Amino acid sequence: MIRRVALALLLVLAALPAQAAIAPDEILPDPALEARARGITKQLRCLVCQNQSIDDSNAPLARDLRILVRERLKAGDSDAAAIAYVVARYGDFVLLRPPIKATTWVLWFGPAAILLGGAVFLWLRVRRRKGAPAAPAPLDPEEQKKLSALVGETPRPQAPPRPQAAP
Amino acid sequence: MRLRFVIPAILFVLLGAGFVYALVAIQSGRKDPGTVPSALLGKPAPEFALPAPEGFAQGLSTADLKGKVTVLNVFASWCPPCRVEHPLLLELAKEEGFQVVGLNWKDKDDKLAAWLKEDGNPFARIGADRSGRVGIDWGVYGAPETYILDRDARIVHRHVGPLTKEILRDEIRPLLAKLRK
Repeated sequence: MIRRVALALLLVLAALPAQAAIAPDEILPDPALEARARGITKQLRCLVCQNQSIDDSNAPLARDLRILVRERLKAGDSDAAAIAYVVARYGDFVLLRPPIKATTWVLWFGPAAILLGGAVFLWLRVRRRKGAPAAPAPLDPEEQKKLSALVGETPRPQAPPRPQAAP
Repeated sequence: MRLRFVIPAILFVLLGAGFVYALVAIQSGRKDPGTVPSALLGKPAPEFALPAPEGFAQGLSTADLKGKVTVLNVFASWCPPCRVEHPLLLELAKEEGFQVVGLNWKDKDDKLAAWLKEDGNPFARIGADRSGRVGIDWGVYGAPETYILDRDARIVHRHVGPLTKEILRDEIRPLLAKLRK
């Protein structure tokens, strides 16, 4: 039973790469070039179904762009040049991994800044609390007597020794 | 001491107001988070030269966009919203001072001809972009899209999705009036 489940899982995992939408007629004969093309198209957003890469998407425009990227590579473009070619037409939005620049600083560094801010805030709070008196001022004899009268006990010596835990 | 409760309360209210604003804007259609800003705004129109679809006289190239204010509509006969905005383009084409041209995107010539014969042709020129390659150069990712270009064929404005009366009134016509001067 376990073996069968394991086999099924293995087959599902093995089928994962096959989810790419790429059609056989798009694949370049040169495996090295094809690998580069796959690497690029995985980084480019399909603008029709915006949370998929053009490598994953079945949209006709994604197919056009996959072919376009392969043509650029065949024409001798470097990976960066092929990506820049698409970005020049569709803007930074086609990059699934947004570039780091002034307009994306909040996006890239915002979470870390918030975390850091929280840590600083917490540190300041803890430090302030340590500086404050740990316990209220001890009762003076007058107050002690009043308290004892209220709870009906004979006055105890101030600050009784703490009960010790059994060793 | 009181401030410790007031500041988070103010922050919370501001956050909530931001959410409500965004929700209302999306719901009313004023804002579409899926809209991609054009990379070509302020840039000259890409170089291209397209033949006219079969049955039409005038093709479309970059040279045709110069010297006149232009409304360039990316459309196709297979695209239902294009048919919805079609009457507005016919209306726009009657006005003076700018040209309305069409980029026929990934379409079949015969289907296009049949449609425009029936519903009227608002376009002074039509470029047949059968492969969609010129569309890619323009950054087109769906039909319809509408571009406004100044006399130097510089892209001034892009509208994604069908035109509406409101968009014509509030965005397109004021911009055209400004460019015509």
